[in-house]
Amino acid sequence: MEIRIIVNGAEKRWNVEPGELLIDVLRDNGYKSVKKGCGSADCGTCTVLLDGRAVLSCSVFAASVDGKSIETLEGLGSEQQLHPIQQAFLDASAFQCGFCAPGLIMATKELLEKETVLTEDQIKRELSGNLCRCTGYENQVKAIGGLMEKKREGK
Amino acid sequence: MTNDPTRFRIVGQNKEKVDARGLLRGKPVFTEDYFPKDALVVKIVHSPYAHARIARIDKSAALGIPGVVDILTHEDVPRIPYTRAGQGYPEPSPYDTVLLDNKMRFVGDTAALVIAENERAARMAVKSLKIDYEVLEPVLDFEKSMSSTAPLVHDEKDSKGIYEPSRNIAAHYEMAIGDVQELLARSPVQIETSYYYPKSQQVALENHCTYAYMDPMERLTIISSTQVPFHARRILSKILQTPPGKIRVIKPRIGSGFGSKQGIITEGYAALACLKTGKPVRLSFNREETFINTYTRHDMRVTVRIGAELDGRVNVIDMYALSNTGAYGDHALTVAMVCGSKTLPLYNKVQGVRFVTDIVYTNLPNAGAYRGYGAPQGLLALDGALDELAARLNRDPLEIKAINSIRQGETSPIFQIMGEGREGVPQIARSCKLGECIDIGKNAFDWEKKRKAYGWDRRTSETVRGVGCALAMQGSGIAKVDMASATLKMNDDGTFNLLVGATDLGTGSDTILSQIAAEALQIPVEKIIVFSSDTDVTPFDVGAYASSTTYVSGNAVLDAAKKVKASILRAAAGIFETDVEKVEVIDGCVKNLTDGKTLTFAEFCTLCFYGANHQQICETGSYVGEESPIPFMATFMEIEIDLKTGKVTPIETVSVVDCGTALNPALAKGQVEGATLQALGTALFEELRFSETGKPINASLFRYKILDRCSFGKITALFAESYEPTGPFGAKSVSEIGIDTPTVALLNAVYHATGLRFHRLPLGSETVFNALKTKQ
Repeated sequence: MEIRIIVNGAEKRWNVEPGELLIDVLRDNGYKSVKKGCGSADCGTCTVLLDGRAVLSCSVFAASVDGKSIETLEGLGSEQQLHPIQQAFLDASAFQCGFCAPGLIMATKELLEKETVLTEDQIKRELSGNLCRCTGYENQVKAIGGLMEKKREGK
Repeated sequence: MTNDPTRFRIVGQNKEKVDARGLLRGKPVFTEDYFPKDALVVKIVHSPYAHARIARIDKSAALGIPGVVDILTHEDVPRIPYTRAGQGYPEPSPYDTVLLDNKMRFVGDTAALVIAENERAARMAVKSLKIDYEVLEPVLDFEKSMSSTAPLVHDEKDSKGIYEPSRNIAAHYEMAIGDVQELLARSPVQIETSYYYPKSQQVALENHCTYAYMDPMERLTIISSTQVPFHARRILSKILQTPPGKIRVIKPRIGSGFGSKQGIITEGYAALACLKTGKPVRLSFNREETFINTYTRHDMRVTVRIGAELDGRVNVIDMYALSNTGAYGDHALTVAMVCGSKTLPLYNKVQGVRFVTDIVYTNLPNAGAYRGYGAPQGLLALDGALDELAARLNRDPLEIKAINSIRQGETSPIFQIMGEGREGVPQIARSCKLGECIDIGKNAFDWEKKRKAYGWDRRTSETVRGVGCALAMQGSGIAKVDMASATLKMNDDGTFNLLVGATDLGTGSDTILSQIAAEALQIPVEKIIVFSSDTDVTPFDVGAYASSTTYVSGNAVLDAAKKVKASILRAAAGIFETDVEKVEVIDGCVKNLTDGKTLTFAEFCTLCFYGANHQQICETGSYVGEESPIPFMATFMEIEIDLKTGKVTPIETVSVVDCGTALNPALAKGQVEGATLQALGTALFEELRFSETGKPINASLFRYKILDRCSFGKITALFAESYEPTGPFGAKSVSEIGIDTPTVALLNAVYHATGLRFHRLPLGSETVFNALKTKQ
């Protein structure tokens, strides 16, 4: 079946099989930032935004996103200008191997676009589904906390 | 080049990770990102039995499925015994594996390979392949493996290097210094205790995967998530009977490994399928396969006997480790030796020390390399025993550990006796700030105050708190074994290509190696273009393991940089028509000291390419450690126990590390923090579990939990920097040591809180709850 979706602002028409998962369709179409760490909705590396909400693309049927808008990490930042989240992660040494980064950055984007400004504990809870095995999480929470602070100050 | 840390310009700085921007923008840089859509899919058919022999295979139904290309079994490949362990040649692991076998040795073992045009066909073929098994009795309890009635895991005739196959002993080692029995007998205080370290898993977030294709010149090309590309090429050459020159192994970015990718696993199957079909093939493990078909920690029972004086001075240590290597002996001997060799020298004041180990087979998934590589298991028992000694003597455990531990300029005879799978080399601790680690940590943590403030008598109605400490050591590469090399090539814009065999698996080694080159050449780090781990392009390096990269590969880069500098001076002297002594390299320029004339590196290299004295400035350096300098660490931990549930929660962990010069402090800190978390996971809940028939129970991230960002309190990593004279700009290793201490520190803290000494990890709430009930 054909689905019509918007990926990172660009309209796409893709043929998908019933039962095909969003993660596989995205990766097959070149959105390789979407990572498969478990395939069972346990690790968060495949997080993308679906109409602005963070979802685990390994647990979403591609056929179900017809007419919706998807954001992946490919849509953020450029060579000249990193997105503020990317820049904050870079400044805080918030990752090592980088495999968890795409999912975590997208989950962070959702948090920052919500109306409320979250405390450090709330950030930890909200992002507890995005696992990282390399870092001690500390620098990630610091980076995101800094972004929250900027949001509070209206920057 | 300077040896004075205060004058370093590039090292010691938090330089940006060289691969950071690509990773943060989600660029296709990992192995799976290279898979073309139309590559054939390879899948493993797994054994449903823990111990069985394949009696008959009927491929017809599976081969009849549209899209199925081929099915490979033991009947289709020659039996070539080898070890999957990615170690230097000759590997100290037994050759007890063949690529496809007719005997299954654990639930999940490889019975056959399916090659198909797409995922769906491959999955259907896996289900449709008919295999009749002759089911055998398994041995699942490693403490019963050596018994005369236990079934034999390796009864094949062609394996080589198994210590005693008739008793399921993969490897054995023993050494003794002094009369241990006599020293124990005449020590007024004696401790004997045993600890169990669980079968935990590395859980690198990227599953193991390989893409294999024949290049236009019909050379086998492998892009793989590996820590050991050069060992992979050598071992693949052997098992595929293909010359190494016909194989190219490329390591792209890796989604971490922690040792789990120090084996030739997906590579062997993908390469075989590629050679058989002549077509591009891809093989990705799913999470369950990564849990079961790669590597786990060697679970161990480690017994320690200590003889000590009443004042707490330790006279003698006797350690015995029974290690479970699972179905195959990958890393079996070496991990078990590290259990002793990277823990016992820490307490070097003893008059006698003995270490004995048996590494046994069971019908469980393969153990292998995992960060720490035996040291966490050894330290769990050794530090635990010292903590028990302190309790017996009613002394502060930190003080007992401190007075018995090694200091700068001291040595231990163990260094010479025990290497990894062979003899070691004599060495002294040229750089050692263990005393400073203890002092800094003690103050930052407020050890003495907390020790007084917490404990069973100070519990509330709901909770009790406690504190524990532990000291650790590790190494920096395997002395006289691990070899690394690096090539530096100058370009006409003043940049340098740095080609290293060293394998950055997310650790940041590409970054610190660039920093070393930049520091040595006195140029900005941005002028270094690093490229790592492609057997066709980069010079040899053993790969990323044994905490070797910073020290061994770093010294290779330094060697290359020194040679390049000398070449530049020689060439510049030619251009300036003067003596080499009259030329200097300063701030990215060559300068003629006679007349003050300078050329930038760009101008100089352009002249080299197009001027009268044509030449390419390019040098290769290499390094083999004469020693394996020791990083040190002191860890302090505070925990809280919920008296209603028995749940143990870490409140604060402070680790102070002496890794020599921290070449990139932010990356070094990341190594320690990440390792701390992995260890806390093992302490609290990480363990692969199996049913009575050996079936894995929790091989998914839903059931096998790793720590998320909510449940471990505060972690602080501090550094007591020393200067290792043999290291690159004073550096030693930092990647493994952080995982050694938190497990035992947590048990020690639970003892301080409750007076209860637990000897088995992970320490579940139920265990604590039941023990508390008995106590109350």
